[in-house]
Amino acid sequence: MKVTLNVWRQGGPSDSGAFQIYEVDDVSPDMSFLELFDVLNERLITKGEEPVAFDHDCREGICGSCSMMINGRAHGPERGTATCQLHMRKFEDGATITVEPWRAAAFPIIKDLCVDRSAFDRIIESGGYITAPTGTAQEANLTPVPKEVADAAMDAAACIGCGACVAACPNSAAQLFTAAKIEHLNLLPQGQPERWSRVVAMVDEMERFFGSCTNHGECESACPKEISIDFIALMNRDYIRAQFKQRRLTGQKS
Amino acid sequence: MTEANFESHVPAGPIEEKWDHHKFDVKLVNPANRRKFRVIVVGSGLAGASAAATLGELGYEVTMITFHDSPRRAHSIAAQGGINAAKNYRNDGDSVYRLFYDTVKGGDYRSREANVYRLAQLSVNIIDQCVAQGVPFAREYGGLLDNRSFGGAQVSRTFYARGQTGQQLLLGAYQALARQIHLGNVTLHERTEMLDLVIKDGKAVGVVTRNLVSGAVRSFSGHAVVLATGGYSNVFFLSTNAKNSNVTAIWRAHKRGAYLANPCFTQIHPTCIPASDDFQSKLTLMSESLRNDGQIWVPAQTDDPRSADQIPETERDYYLERRYPAFGNLVPRDVASRASKKEVDAGRGVGPLKNGVYLDLTGAISRLGRDVIDERYDNLMQMYERITGEDPYKQPMRIYPAVHYTMGGSWVDYNLMSNVPGLYVLGEANFSDHGANRLGASALMQGLADGYFVLPATIGDYLAPLLGSDPVPTDDPVFTQSEADVTDQVRQMLSVKGTRSVDWFHRELGKIMWEHCGMARSRESLEKALAEIPALREEFWRNVRVLGENESFNQSLEKAGRVADFLEFGELLCLDALQREESCGGHFRLEHQTEDGEAMRDDDNFSYVGAWEYKGADTAPELHKEPLEFEYAHPTQRSYK
Ligand SMILES: Cc1cc2nc3c(=O)[nH]c(=O)nc-3n(C[C@H](O)[C@H](O)[C@H](O)COP(=O)(O)OP(=O)(O)OC[C@H]3O[C@@H](n4cnc5c(N)ncnc54)[C@H](O)[C@@H]3O)c2cc1C
Ligand code: FES
Repeated sequence: MKVTLNVWRQGGPSDSGAFQIYEVDDVSPDMSFLELFDVLNERLITKGEEPVAFDHDCREGICGSCSMMINGRAHGPERGTATCQLHMRKFEDGATITVEPWRAAAFPIIKDLCVDRSAFDRIIESGGYITAPTGTAQEANLTPVPKEVADAAMDAAACIGCGACVAACPNSAAQLFTAAKIEHLNLLPQGQPERWSRVVAMVDEMERFFGSCTNHGECESACPKEISIDFIALMNRDYIRAQFKQRRLTGQKS
Repeated sequence: MTEANFESHVPAGPIEEKWDHHKFDVKLVNPANRRKFRVIVVGSGLAGASAAATLGELGYEVTMITFHDSPRRAHSIAAQGGINAAKNYRNDGDSVYRLFYDTVKGGDYRSREANVYRLAQLSVNIIDQCVAQGVPFAREYGGLLDNRSFGGAQVSRTFYARGQTGQQLLLGAYQALARQIHLGNVTLHERTEMLDLVIKDGKAVGVVTRNLVSGAVRSFSGHAVVLATGGYSNVFFLSTNAKNSNVTAIWRAHKRGAYLANPCFTQIHPTCIPASDDFQSKLTLMSESLRNDGQIWVPAQTDDPRSADQIPETERDYYLERRYPAFGNLVPRDVASRASKKEVDAGRGVGPLKNGVYLDLTGAISRLGRDVIDERYDNLMQMYERITGEDPYKQPMRIYPAVHYTMGGSWVDYNLMSNVPGLYVLGEANFSDHGANRLGASALMQGLADGYFVLPATIGDYLAPLLGSDPVPTDDPVFTQSEADVTDQVRQMLSVKGTRSVDWFHRELGKIMWEHCGMARSRESLEKALAEIPALREEFWRNVRVLGENESFNQSLEKAGRVADFLEFGELLCLDALQREESCGGHFRLEHQTEDGEAMRDDDNFSYVGAWEYKGADTAPELHKEPLEFEYAHPTQRSYK
């Protein structure tokens, strides 16, 4: 196959950046999208041009590193797929493909297609954990967790932190990421003691960086793990309840 | 100095009491004094994140360094199948002793008994700890934890979270780490790569790093340095490891004096998706857990042109079930891999390139129903479909062995300290617990045992006597000299301005390694590799093309440094394979096999850990031997028949 790539090139955070057109021929349909970029980069290096910078690591859809906006869609056309899992057989021979980095104020561009997603780490640091220092744990089976609850928590916990939800959102909101992280813990019995403080801390931290949610639902369709937007509803419910909870009386401090 | 520290420090006493006694005997640092000690942890995978979080909780001042953009992206995230623990929840005869025994036997009697026993003991605490953190392990309808079986065991002791166990365990450790970062006990330096270990007066006192975004070279000093930097499978270029996994941290520590043990012990995983073309950039693992329900077979006749569904039962060869009736499809990885290679080499391979064997779940699907299989392996089935374009619910998966894990690594004693005082090495980066072959679901266990429990208990012994001393200032000549060395190497790579890309060299090295030092090795093949690698390395320094500059984000430059190290390390790996004139575990020497093609160990001559000392660029490294003694698990020929 042969494809025409229209790729965003930007030297550094403060450079202005522009699209560059590259024709790539001899593309195998079995190639992954990132392998296409490997080939492009090899050819650029041969010509003496700097290769395109892009984040990647596991190349099997789990580390959340890869992050390309492909023809205006986060991770490209296929549902439930990270960029690294997308294969060229999903494109027409002769196609023109536009590739950009995630665009969001909270994700500044480092170079070309690489962005800085450390705002996500800040959200987790603000409360995305269960306080259980090493050594304090009791025997595991003393905490039964109904299977449905464990499964729902796992559905949320499957988030790979790639940022596609933010990139896809017209408001650059991070509700889906934050909700998945909060509800993974808030659904579990082990997560109850910090339930209310967690949701408040994480939502407040999220709002320092990201826009607000106006229910477009783009995040859900872009998510490579198909995390449900219902978790946002759960998060909002928890957040509101946390605001009104008589936490002193129920034994929870604010 | 280093020679004197080449002593395993395994405590005396009965094996089941060693760890408890040891914890009582080691020196402690009292809680109020811990904040006076600074510990540098390099690596944020299971081993590093759990260590840093726990040291932070204990009150130490921790500096965390990772080349990833977030600790959560470390390669551990990709582990699929599960984590072992001797909980005996299935009432099927499991115990700490059995897990210990299985691991020593699975490792083909090339690991240290005391370390393995401790690992089996700690396995139960790991599950407790992870559940407390909210790791969503799979559960039964009654709400209690579920288990599955893995290769090399006849009990069900593997805990799992769908096909994403590594992800969930790492998120647990990462979240504990995030809490410590929030509390100010751990300082995180992401996108920062360690490029040198700094030693003063024989002790590890810090590291020199390069910021991958700005190119700035910076030193960090501490009372102790912990490397938890993962394995070196990528020396083969094609492996199941994440693309950025590399050997640089332990290799550069090696060049500063830390011994490297058993580098030739590399594991080939039997169930990976076969390579499809020359552009292949990595190989994808299909979790071993599939062997619970899947059957492995090839057509009985060679070069069979028929598709799987056209081949009747009687014309299929379920060669694992045939050759190893007791363990069947669940034989250990090394055994399963060699068996597949034998079939493919004999012309019975399947798929367009005839480079695979079938892993067939269709029987299990009709027996258990699609829902059950979905629940167990859904993400794996999807992953397979995406990569190959074939539907594994309808036709059997094609699989073939690929490099997956490295048992070798930095030599460490019972305390996980290397021969360089103050330098600790954890997780896949050390050599310690898996001998010549690792059993499935045991790497996650080891990484977390090392990080949550072992290091936090042993590091005080080294630190306590240092009370009152400050870390060496980073303007000390040991640091400035090392910074200059690092800067020099970077400049040198940029200044070659040759014609070939870094990836080209990496691929070439991978071909040499796989061809001559892969699933089967011989004196002849190893000698070839030992001639070809130095020539390739020489060409690298003459002809590599690294574009761009140091002062900005430059992925080719990052890779160049890693490949330069692989080009040196690969040679040591082959040298180690050459000296080990026996077959054991993942190390298979064609000269040493039984009549029916099984590995032939030589306990009289090779029952030792081979630890290599670096002697300089132009001098041969020196081999030191730590003898292995087996008081409990007595070496026998491993039999899975
Ligand atoms: C596909 C796959 C599936 C697997 N499945 C299982 C399984 O089911 N069960 C099981 O038990 N095991 C499994 N394993 C093995 C297991 O995942 C690994 O052995 C284990 O996760 C290694 O953890 P670690 O903490 O030692 O290192 P890693 O997770 O590799 O972490 C290394 C860390 O070190 C950092 N680092 C490295 N070098 C430097 C440097 N120079 N400077 C700065 N930072 C550096 C990296 O940024 C990273 O944070 C699997 C492995 C693979 C490849
Ligand atoms: S590279 Fe890891 S998710 Fe794509």
